[in-house]
Amino acid sequence: MPALNRKLWRDLWHLRGQVIAIILVVACGVASYVALQNIYRSLIVTQKTYYAEYRFADVFAPLKRAPERLTARINEIDGVATAQTRIVANVTLDIPGLGEPATGQLVSIPEIRTPILNDLHLLRGRYIEAGHRNEVILSSGFSEKNNLHPGDTISAIINGRWTKLSIVGIALSPEFVYEIRPGDMFPDARRFGVMWMNREALGTAFNLDGAFNNVVLSFAPNANEAHIIERLDTLLTEYGGLGAYGREDQTSNHFVSNEIAELKVTSTMIPAIFLSVTAFLIHLVLSRLVSTQREQIAVLKAFGYTNLNIGVHYLKLALAAVTGGVILGTFVGWYFGYSMTALYAEFFRFPVLRYEMNPWVLATAVVISLSAASIGAIRAVQKAVALPPAESMRPEPPARYHASLIERVGLRKLFSLATRIIIRNLERNPVKATLTMLGIAMATSLLIVGFYFYDAIDQIIEIQFHQKFRHDISVVFNEPRPSRVRYDLANLPGVLRVEPYRAVPVRLRFEHHSRRTAIIGLEPTGELHRLVDSKMRVFTLPPEGLVLTTELAKRLSVKAGDTITLEVLEGKREIKQVLVAELIDELLGLGAYMDVKALNRLLNEAGTVSSAYLMVDANATDQLYKKLKSTPTVSGVWIPSVWLQSFNETIARTMGTSTSVIIFFACVIAFGMIYNGARIALSERGRELASLRVLGFSLNEITVMLLGEQAILTGVAIPLGYGMGYGICFLITKAIDTELMRLPLIVSNKTFALGFLIVCGAALLSGMLIRWRLRNLDLIEVLKTRE
Amino acid sequence: MQTATSKETDKEAVFRARGLSKVYRMGEVEVFALRAVDLELYQGEFVVFLGPSGSGKSTLLNILGGLDAPTSGEVVFRDHNLTQANDRELTRFRREHVGFVFQFYNLIPSLTALENVQLVTEISEHPMAAEEALRLVSLGERMHHFPAQLSGGEQQRVAIARAIAKRPDVLLCDEPTGALDFSTGKLVLEVLERVNRELGTTTAVITHNAAIAAMADRVIRVGSGQIVEVHRNTTKAKPDELVW
Repeated sequence: MPALNRKLWRDLWHLRGQVIAIILVVACGVASYVALQNIYRSLIVTQKTYYAEYRFADVFAPLKRAPERLTARINEIDGVATAQTRIVANVTLDIPGLGEPATGQLVSIPEIRTPILNDLHLLRGRYIEAGHRNEVILSSGFSEKNNLHPGDTISAIINGRWTKLSIVGIALSPEFVYEIRPGDMFPDARRFGVMWMNREALGTAFNLDGAFNNVVLSFAPNANEAHIIERLDTLLTEYGGLGAYGREDQTSNHFVSNEIAELKVTSTMIPAIFLSVTAFLIHLVLSRLVSTQREQIAVLKAFGYTNLNIGVHYLKLALAAVTGGVILGTFVGWYFGYSMTALYAEFFRFPVLRYEMNPWVLATAVVISLSAASIGAIRAVQKAVALPPAESMRPEPPARYHASLIERVGLRKLFSLATRIIIRNLERNPVKATLTMLGIAMATSLLIVGFYFYDAIDQIIEIQFHQKFRHDISVVFNEPRPSRVRYDLANLPGVLRVEPYRAVPVRLRFEHHSRRTAIIGLEPTGELHRLVDSKMRVFTLPPEGLVLTTELAKRLSVKAGDTITLEVLEGKREIKQVLVAELIDELLGLGAYMDVKALNRLLNEAGTVSSAYLMVDANATDQLYKKLKSTPTVSGVWIPSVWLQSFNETIARTMGTSTSVIIFFACVIAFGMIYNGARIALSERGRELASLRVLGFSLNEITVMLLGEQAILTGVAIPLGYGMGYGICFLITKAIDTELMRLPLIVSNKTFALGFLIVCGAALLSGMLIRWRLRNLDLIEVLKTRE
Repeated sequence: MQTATSKETDKEAVFRARGLSKVYRMGEVEVFALRAVDLELYQGEFVVFLGPSGSGKSTLLNILGGLDAPTSGEVVFRDHNLTQANDRELTRFRREHVGFVFQFYNLIPSLTALENVQLVTEISEHPMAAEEALRLVSLGERMHHFPAQLSGGEQQRVAIARAIAKRPDVLLCDEPTGALDFSTGKLVLEVLERVNRELGTTTAVITHNAAIAAMADRVIRVGSGQIVEVHRNTTKAKPDELVW
């Protein structure tokens, strides 16, 4: 081995504390990048392959009833490759062990298995048999949560009668990767499941013999989605079409794509922060190393080593540390990504969610971290090779100091000598002080960002489940009812308060923008569903006009005061012009609200409602649910506490997992930055401190002199880190801005306090390690040698 | 073997060392830096320890100054037994009784000359004013300069001022002129001589420069970890008479 390489290994060993800190920080950056990017890519590839192999439809169109012969005309639309018709119906289910009624979505499949759009991936059991009209195939999430298997039976109210369905198979479909009841925010596999059933049987049961109520179609190459949807809508108008929509508006796909979009943001932002910290650390460590090895460099140059040899030597040192980090980070990242994927697989139902180490991700991680290291190293290496040998062989002249600014303005008397030493040291090397401080600030900001996610989730839960939804359950009728239904509901067992509302599926249009949503018509004085904005302010509905969430308004390019077009997607499918009265800043979904009376007037109906919020006596719920199960006019029951549970199990859980990893990484970085800062200060000032020890200063006194500098830097860095962290949180709220969810910009005092405690803890721990080194300071050796 | 224990009893012994040995373990080899040295230093005397490098003179000085502990033997400073002291007590000993001067000055670069001296006066019980200490070493004019703005000789004189400002009982100087040229070195020696004469501070100087021996009360030659000769000068040379 060349002598220079042996020196490399020994230097690495000598600097092991700092090398380990670099390795850990790099590992955090690489691990977060590798894990998040791999999950991101796995999801994209999985989604794409699954959609392609199982022929996920491009357009979906629900309608009331159309004759089978219309299929040919749909197929004639320009750009349509295949159109298939089917029957889709929601039914109430009775699940053993579940008090409240559950909802089943029945989707028709051909009696004889043929390739269809949204094809099934049979996991267990078999396909339905021709002639056995009550056989169903169950979605896998629903079967798992309710412990239902092939061979079991399940009761459903079909056409007003309890019917026994026998389960023959368990399957997945690209249409229900994220299995969620229409209108729900979060999946609830216990109370909602999809069942595929014989087309003929469904036709008979729902009075749709020779007819259909749902169309799916796929595109030919170069198809124009907007054009096809428009043609399809025109075609279906007279059959009660409820508005066709593309993949973008398909619930399951919408959720999966949103999650992927979110991952794209986090998988870029978080590693970027880690890797810039890496560049920082490497710069700090190498600069110090180069100045202590000034004479060695001179000797090497005197012996004829070229600048390139020497530059490469120090660069290798940086790269060696980084390589260690890359290797560690790859393994940790692989494992972390694997666990996260397993978590995703629980609520994203893919036939296989394959998690693979993408070689490109790995290559990019390597290139990025090595570049970060090189950027960090380059200035230090330049300094190493710049000096002519003769000059660098002379010892470095005593560092130049001057009275600090604070002293020059006449405050000198206020400071003890120890304080003056600290202040002058800080002032003498402002760049280094600034870099160290920025490093600590970055670690602080990462902690703030990490804990912020918990704050955001807490805030969403608080707004959504404590401030906004204050009902115990809501019931949805199978079709709009007159408002006197409120009295029927009030008479049900345990019902304490009833607030009916009107939900109307609509398509909103403004200029060339359009969106499908539902307008919720609420009683302005209602207490069970209040409108609460992201700042937790209660919002009062205006007596006239539409209230849109700011997100929906943004997507329609609408502002308060504009008049927009509203297509009702039920009943007579009226088209109305309506004024956007106000906007409300909500965090979840793309909602639209109106005073229920104004909505009734707009739709020319007299006090019609479609659903109702109920406040219920907790002791009477069993009776109530029993009653509701046997009430055919009630097509569904929504329970906010179940949503909360589901929210906690899905979004909160994935976010929580990645957040705890970020927080752990941030702790590592905080420690790495602070320890390195103190360690460098120690090696620069060891001689000075030894002199002070000799002069009779105690270990405590010199510890204060050394760590006082670090304490001041940490003290300044923490508020700065708060600011940076808040800024990054702001960017995250802008970046994670999906239709499904926005994050509120709220950083709690607890988060600030935790950031403070962890950074101070890291500082304390490094302080203790440094003090241990100070205790072992070799007084004699230091005095014998020139610097 | 000679010992540096004198029969004179008219002067009080400041240091009394008995059977001092120091063994360094270098891997598998044991290196004897000191072998059973007996020694006394008396109140107010100026002693020069003379010897080549590696002779053990620095080890001896470090042990006397409470910077190092002997492997065996005993050192007593007045009524303190240094060999039994712990780190805290040794720190206190250095703080209260010893002034050090080193070959490489060891000033704090971020403090001015005055502040370097104040560093010590602030933690001493009966110090002289820092300005007075600097005037003693003829640096009254440059007390607000930082080390980087002073020459080597000036830096060493600041180091001496720093060492004497607390009115130490002993001044221990390890090669104080080692890094200086001839004329600057003599200037520094003049300061040491003046401090010894005017303040009566017991002074021990380590050097390999035999010429300096002429200005001592006693010269102790050290070689291979032992005291090889003790010589008492009948007349002390003035520093400006020294030639090397």
